Amino acid sequence: MIRLENVSKIYPGQGEPVIENLNLEIQSGEICVLVGESGCGKTTTMRMINKIIPHTGGTIYVDGKDISTIDATELRLNIGYVIQEIGLFPHYTIEKNIATVPIEKKWDKQRIAGRVKELMELMELDYDAYAKKKPRHLSGGQRQRVGVARALAADPPIMLMDEPFGALDPITRMNLQNEFIRIQARIKKTIVFVTHDIDEAVKMGDKIAVMHQGKLVQFGSPQDILTRPTDEFVENLVGHNRILKRFSLIECRAINPSAAVYKLDSERAEIIRRIENFERTSSFPVIGIIDDDYRPIGYIPMFKYEAGDETPIEDRIKKIKPIQTIEDSATLFDALGRLFSSSERCVFRMEPGGRCTGIITMGDLFEAVRVNG
Amino acid sequence: MTSLIDFIIRQQDLILSRLAEHSAMVLTALSISIVVGVTIGYLITYNKHVAKVVIYMCGMIMTIPSLALFVFFIPIFGLGPRPAIAGLVLYTLLPIVRNVYVGITNIDPAIIMAARGMGMTELAITFKIKIPLALPVAFAGIRTAVVMGIGLGAIAAFIAAGGLGVFIFQGINRGNTNMILVGALFTTILAVIVDRVMQFIQRQTEKMVR
Repeated sequence: MIRLENVSKIYPGQGEPVIENLNLEIQSGEICVLVGESGCGKTTTMRMINKIIPHTGGTIYVDGKDISTIDATELRLNIGYVIQEIGLFPHYTIEKNIATVPIEKKWDKQRIAGRVKELMELMELDYDAYAKKKPRHLSGGQRQRVGVARALAADPPIMLMDEPFGALDPITRMNLQNEFIRIQARIKKTIVFVTHDIDEAVKMGDKIAVMHQGKLVQFGSPQDILTRPTDEFVENLVGHNRILKRFSLIECRAINPSAAVYKLDSERAEIIRRIENFERTSSFPVIGIIDDDYRPIGYIPMFKYEAGDETPIEDRIKKIKPIQTIEDSATLFDALGRLFSSSERCVFRMEPGGRCTGIITMGDLFEAVRVNG
Repeated sequence: MTSLIDFIIRQQDLILSRLAEHSAMVLTALSISIVVGVTIGYLITYNKHVAKVVIYMCGMIMTIPSLALFVFFIPIFGLGPRPAIAGLVLYTLLPIVRNVYVGITNIDPAIIMAARGMGMTELAITFKIKIPLALPVAFAGIRTAVVMGIGLGAIAAFIAAGGLGVFIFQGINRGNTNMILVGALFTTILAVIVDRVMQFIQRQTEKMVR
């Protein structure tokens, strides 16, 4: 747990405080996102927690201990740290980069090697391919995976993440965000996450702390921030399309798509039954067709069935190329993006392991927000 | 040409001993210069203003004619190799101090920030991050200093410091072209060989940090 009590920061020679009377409590196992415009003091606040920037007023407690009584090195060794620029050591291999903190903590070699392997697996980095490589051989996304793995290396209870996905392209960023949410569900770290991107804040945060000119202007759940902004500043920050942003709060797996999927071979009878008994229920009436390995093939648009229409199923299927898929851990916001890039306005929802579990259409999205709103 | 070769063969023992003398003088001076220069170059990275002044001063020393600098140390150290070494140390300081400073300050600040944020001590950051990453640039400075030192060492013969310069000065005094050529030739060969070897090492350090 991290607690900031009346914390302030004044740089010598400057009258105006950069941080003023900040009170914040971050619960164990939660992601608290500090969000605000650049220069609002969010990064300064984060860096005061691991004493990179000393605070000049108030008290900061980490796990109940006043950090001014803890040696900076000792404090930092138990707090994971990820920054936007990553800062991998270019002369170290990936393996040694990840092992940085364990080496500083003087773990034995075997334990370090085991831990590095485990972390590379967790971050979906191929150990055999990359462990002995230098950072320059990796892509930006892979490097940030290494950056996160390095921060997790000694299993610190607390992580500080300063715009960790800010320098990545939108697709890589979305993938890493989703993956990180999945990992966090398992590792339950106490995380302070800094971003200027309100969408990212809404997506990643259990709690959001909105900062403005060195002050905390609102603290609450993403739902709170979106539905009950306390003042004009927060309202402007979340923007006018708050409904749209609520999409980021719902995962694809949580909704019940109106279009079910059927296996082309083993559920043929059911497909025929559906076609013959069609009744219009949704604005985009389709059924999804998958193969016996749950891989999407296409969809059948549904029309009122004319008696005696013998068109074989295969000819009714609209094959989509390329097929747009979305992982069920992604948010509806991600799904919306995919929908717009799909020529067919439908996207196949996939379980981990590549099993298709449904087709998401625009209608499903609106329905989900209406129900959850 | 044949007389030059004759001269070299006849005087080979003397040439070798002058060469050894020359190398020893430069090596001693550069050892001191490297230790002092690296230390100063590292320390000034902690204060931009001090760095500016120090590098400016090292640059000023280089504008003093080498001969004047050597002569300047005679009242302190007497004649012989000692004032020459003192002069060489001062003279070769600039490339070393400057390159060590640039090598360290040019490290991506994110790397240092990450290291510090993860809890590496200042000592660990210095030895595991700063020094290895600054090595190629620092080494390039040392290489410049060594080659400069070998060339300047020839002038040190003027204050009776020995070395290959003795051939040049004696040759000029006696009007013996072969002697002058031998002094110049072997100084050049020494400089080129050392430069090549150090270039090879420098490449290795570059590979290490990339």
